[in-house]
Amino acid sequence: MKHKTFFWFILPTALAMLLFIALPIVSVITQSLFTPHEQVFKTVENCTPFKCTQSTTIDQEATEALREAQPLGRFVGLSIYLDRGHLAFGEVAQAWQSRDGFGDFFNKIGNLPFYRAMAFTLSYTFVVTPLLIILGFMIAVAVNSLHRHLKGLVIFFSLLPMIVSPLIGSLVLFWMVDSRGVLGTGLQWLLSNPDLSLKASTGLTWIMLMVYGVWHSAPFAFVVFYAGLQTLPKDTLESAMIDGATRWQQIRYVVIPHLMPLVTFVALIQLMDNFRVFEPIVGFNAEAHAQSLSWFIFNDLGGETRLLSSASASSVLTILGVAILLSPVLIRTWRDFNSKG
Amino acid sequence: MFFKKVAMASAMAIAAGTAYADCSISGRVNVVGNEFPAIQAVGAAAQECTGGEVKLNLTADHQKVNVAGMTGNPAEYTSAIIANSSIVALMNEDVIRPLDDLVAQYGQGLKKNQLITIDGKVMAVAFMANAQHLVYRADILEQAGVEVPTTYEELLAAAKVIKEKGLMENPVGGPFKAGWNLAQEFNNMYIGHGGEFFKTGTPEVSINNEKGIATLEMMKALSEYMNPDFLTHDSNATNAEYRAGNVALMHMWGSRAATMTAAEGVSDEVKNGFAIAGPLTVAGGDTPATTLWWDGWTVSKNISDEDAAATFQALTHAIRPEMLNDETSSLAVWLIDGYEPTEAAKGVFAAANSGSVPYPMLPYQGLLHSALGTELADFMQGKEDAATALADVEAAYTAAAKEKGFLQ
Amino acid sequence: MSSKAFKQPWTLRTASSVFVIAWLILAAFPFLWTLWGSFKVELDFFSKADWRNALTGARTMAEHGSSFTGNGYSGAWVQEEFWRAVFNTAIVCFFTVAISLTIGTLGGYALSRSSYRYTFWLLITALIFRAMPPITLVAGYLLPFFEWNLWGILPTTIVVLVAINQPFTLWMLHSFFQKIPKELDESAKVDGCTQFQAFRHVIIPVMWPGVITTGLFSFLLAYNDFAVTSMLLEKENQTMVPKIASFLGTTQTEGNVMFAVAAVVSATAPLFILVMFFQRQIVSGLTQGAVKG
Repeated sequence: MKHKTFFWFILPTALAMLLFIALPIVSVITQSLFTPHEQVFKTVENCTPFKCTQSTTIDQEATEALREAQPLGRFVGLSIYLDRGHLAFGEVAQAWQSRDGFGDFFNKIGNLPFYRAMAFTLSYTFVVTPLLIILGFMIAVAVNSLHRHLKGLVIFFSLLPMIVSPLIGSLVLFWMVDSRGVLGTGLQWLLSNPDLSLKASTGLTWIMLMVYGVWHSAPFAFVVFYAGLQTLPKDTLESAMIDGATRWQQIRYVVIPHLMPLVTFVALIQLMDNFRVFEPIVGFNAEAHAQSLSWFIFNDLGGETRLLSSASASSVLTILGVAILLSPVLIRTWRDFNSKG
Repeated sequence: MFFKKVAMASAMAIAAGTAYADCSISGRVNVVGNEFPAIQAVGAAAQECTGGEVKLNLTADHQKVNVAGMTGNPAEYTSAIIANSSIVALMNEDVIRPLDDLVAQYGQGLKKNQLITIDGKVMAVAFMANAQHLVYRADILEQAGVEVPTTYEELLAAAKVIKEKGLMENPVGGPFKAGWNLAQEFNNMYIGHGGEFFKTGTPEVSINNEKGIATLEMMKALSEYMNPDFLTHDSNATNAEYRAGNVALMHMWGSRAATMTAAEGVSDEVKNGFAIAGPLTVAGGDTPATTLWWDGWTVSKNISDEDAAATFQALTHAIRPEMLNDETSSLAVWLIDGYEPTEAAKGVFAAANSGSVPYPMLPYQGLLHSALGTELADFMQGKEDAATALADVEAAYTAAAKEKGFLQ
Repeated sequence: MSSKAFKQPWTLRTASSVFVIAWLILAAFPFLWTLWGSFKVELDFFSKADWRNALTGARTMAEHGSSFTGNGYSGAWVQEEFWRAVFNTAIVCFFTVAISLTIGTLGGYALSRSSYRYTFWLLITALIFRAMPPITLVAGYLLPFFEWNLWGILPTTIVVLVAINQPFTLWMLHSFFQKIPKELDESAKVDGCTQFQAFRHVIIPVMWPGVITTGLFSFLLAYNDFAVTSMLLEKENQTMVPKIASFLGTTQTEGNVMFAVAAVVSATAPLFILVMFFQRQIVSGLTQGAVKG
C-alpha cells in the first residue's frame, strides 16, 4: 500500500488516539516528574458548629508567587518513582543491609506496598491468562460442534460473565461467596469446614479473585476463537481425516496452528488486562489481601487529598510493566512480521 | 450545648417565618455535591428560586470532580457541598471564597454556629451534623443481663457474656473495611485514647506511641467478636449484619440510624430491640472515641460576584427553617433553626453534648487517613505487630506528605 | 454444510455436551441467582441469617405476604428513573460502536495491507497506549473538559470511549484482515480499482465476521464502562453502570441494594432481547462468515 493511501486510511483512528491517549500520556509523564510546591502553613482559629479550635492551614498568598513562576511545581526528577510508595530503593537497600537471612529480607520487601502488589499482580496474571485461554478454547470447540439452532442461545449465556459489568458481577459474586451466601455455604459443606471464610484469608481471597478472573474473561477468548474456527479451511481438515489423523491430532496439528495468531492476540490483551487487575479488587472488597498498581492509582486519586504525582508515577510504571511483560510476545510478532514482509 | 440552642430558637424562627420564603436570584447557580436524600432535599429547595438557572449535579463521585469543576475561570460549579474532611481539598487548592460580605448582606437568617470560619473568615455554611455512636439490641443485652455499655471495656465484657451465653456468634459489628473505614475507626479510637495525630503545629506525624498501640490493641480485641470477614465490611455490610439479627453491639453512623430498621423484611425482634446510645469512651478517657462531622456548602472563588450572590441566596433559601417538614426532618440531624430532634438523632446529640471533637480540618489529615487505611490491614490480620504497623503508616504518610510539599 | 468427516462419535458428542452444559451453568448461575433474588427483599437477597432464605423468600413472605415482590423494579424504574440511564446507555453504545468500527476498520485494513516497518511500530504504539490505565487518562481530561465546557455531555464521553477503545479495535481488526487473502483486493486493483474501491467492493462484503466480533467487544466496553462514564457524565446524563453504582450508597448514607439488583437484571434484559432478535444475523455473521480462502 502506498504511503499516501495508508495515511488517509489511518488518519481518523490515529488522530483519536493522539488527542485522547498520547497527549495525556505526555502530561502524565511530566506530572510524575514534578510535585506541588512546598507549602507554607499558618496557625489560625477555626470555628465549626461544634466549637472553635486552633488549627493549621495553608498560607495561599505565600506560595502564590512561587506558583506563578513555576506552574508545574517543583522538579523532582525520579524521586517519586523511588519513594516508599513505588520502587522504594531506599527501603530496599536498608532492608538488604540490615537483613537477617534471606527470609527476613523478603519479609521486609513484602511489607513495601509496590512489591506486595507486584507479588499479587504477577501471580494473578500468570495463573489467569493461560487458564482462560484453555477454557475459552475448549468452549469454542465444544460450541462449534453444537447444532446451529442451539448456538445463539449458548453464545448468549456464555457471554453473560462478560456482559454483566465487572463492578456489578464481582459484587454479586461477593454476596454469594459470603460465608452465609449460597456458594460460601456450599464450599463449607463440600470441605466440611463450617468456619471456612473465603474473605478472611489472604490465600483464599487470591484464589477467589483468580477464579473470578478466569470466569470473567473466558468468554472473550471463547468468542475470538469461535470466530476464528469459522474460517478454518474445511479441506485441510478433511484431508487430515483421510490421512487417518485422530481427533486429537486434528486439533493439535490443524486447529491450533490455524488459531495461533488469535491466541497471540488474546494473550496480549489478557496479559495486559490482568496486569491491570482492578475491578475485582474493589468489587470483592479485597484491598486488605490483594492490591495492584491500578488499585494504587485509584487510591491516590480517590483520597481526600489527591496524590497526582504519585498516581502519574504508578501509571508510567504500569505502562513499563506491561511493556516488559509483553516483550516476548512482541519479539515473536516482530519476527513474524519480518518473515512475512 | 449548641443543639439545645438550635432547638430553642425554633419557636422564634417559625414566628419570623415567611419573611424570606420566596427567593429570586439574578445569576447562575450550579451545585455539585453528594447525592444522599438530605442533600437532595436541599438541592430541591434551592431550585425553588426564580430569576436564574439553578443546576444540580448530585453524585456519589462528587469529590472526584469538584476541584476540577471549580478550578477554571469562570468555574463550572458555583458551589460545592462538602463535609469537614472534604473542605480541606477545596481550601488546599484555593477554589472557594470567603463569605463574610455575603453573610452580612443576605445571611441574616443564618445562625452563628452554622458558619464555618477558618482564620476568621467564613468559608462554608453548615446545615447538617453527623457522628458515629453506639447502636445496640436492647433485647439481647437484657437476655444477657448486661447494662448498656458506656465504655469500650464494658462493650467487650458485654460481648463476652453474649457470646458465652450462646445468644450470638459474633455480637460486635463495626465498619472495619480496609481503607477509609478502618482508618476512620482508628481515628475515633485514637482520639478516645487522647492521642494527637501530629506534633503540635507541624505536619510531622506522631502516632507510633503507647496510645497508638493501645488503640490498635483495642481494635484487635473488638475484631475478635466480629464476623471473621470484618475487613470487608463497610457500613453497608455492617448494617446488613445488624438487620439480619447477627449483631448486638455496633458503632454506626448517626445518619444511618433513622433507616436502620426501616428496610423491608427486618424481623420484629430486631425492630423492637433496636436502640441508640451515645458514643463510647475508652481507657478511662473523657473524650468519646468518635468524631463530629458537618455537611455544608461553599461558594466558588472563580466566578462573578453576581453568580456568587445568586448562589449564596439560593442555598441560604434552601436551608431556611421552612424547608423542614415531616418528610425532610427525619432525613438528617439538621443544624437549621426549628429542627426538632427525632428519636433517631439521639446518638448524634449525645455525641455532640459529651465533648466529642470534630474531625480535624488539617490540610494533611487526608493523607494520614489514606496511609492508615492501607497500612493497618496487616495488623488486623495478625500479620505484623502494632508498632510495625504504625511505623509503616508513618513511613507511608511521610512519603505522601513530602510529595505534596507538606514536609521537606 | 456438515460432511460425513465431521460427524463425531457419540462418546465425544456426550462429553462435549456435558462440558457445554457445565460451562453454561457456571456462566449463568450467578446471573440466574440474581434474577431470582431480585424479586425478594434485601434481607433475603443477602440471606445473612440463613442462605436458604434467598430461595424461599422467608422475609419477603413476612413483609409482602408473597415470596415475590416487584419493589426493587418499581423503585429503580419509577422512583429513580432508571429508564433515563437506559436511554443514555443506548445512545452511548450505538455511537461508540458505529464510530469505533468505522475508523477502526479503515485503520485496521490499512495496517494489514501495508508491509512497511512503520505499521509494526504503529501497532506496538497502539498496544502501549492501551496499557495506560483509564482512570489516569480520565483524571487528566477533567480540567480541559471543564475549561472548554465539554464536561458532562454524552458526545464527549462517546469520543473518549472511541479513542480509548481504538487500540483494541485496531489490533483485533488487523488480525482478522490478515486472514482475508491479499489476492482478493490485489486482483481488484489490477482490474483498475483504487485502494478505497477495492476495500469498498471486495473487502467490505467479506469482513463481517471480524467486524461483528469486534463490534460486540466495542459494545460491551461502552456498555460496561465505569471509569470513564462515572467521571465524565453529569448526573442527568449518567449511563446504567454508574447509575447502578450510585444505588449502593456511601459510607455515611444508606443505599438501596435491591434497586441495584433489579437494575442489574434490567440492564441485562435488553441484551438478551437483542441477542435473541438478532441471533440469526450474529450466528450467521460469526458462522458462515464469507471468508472462502
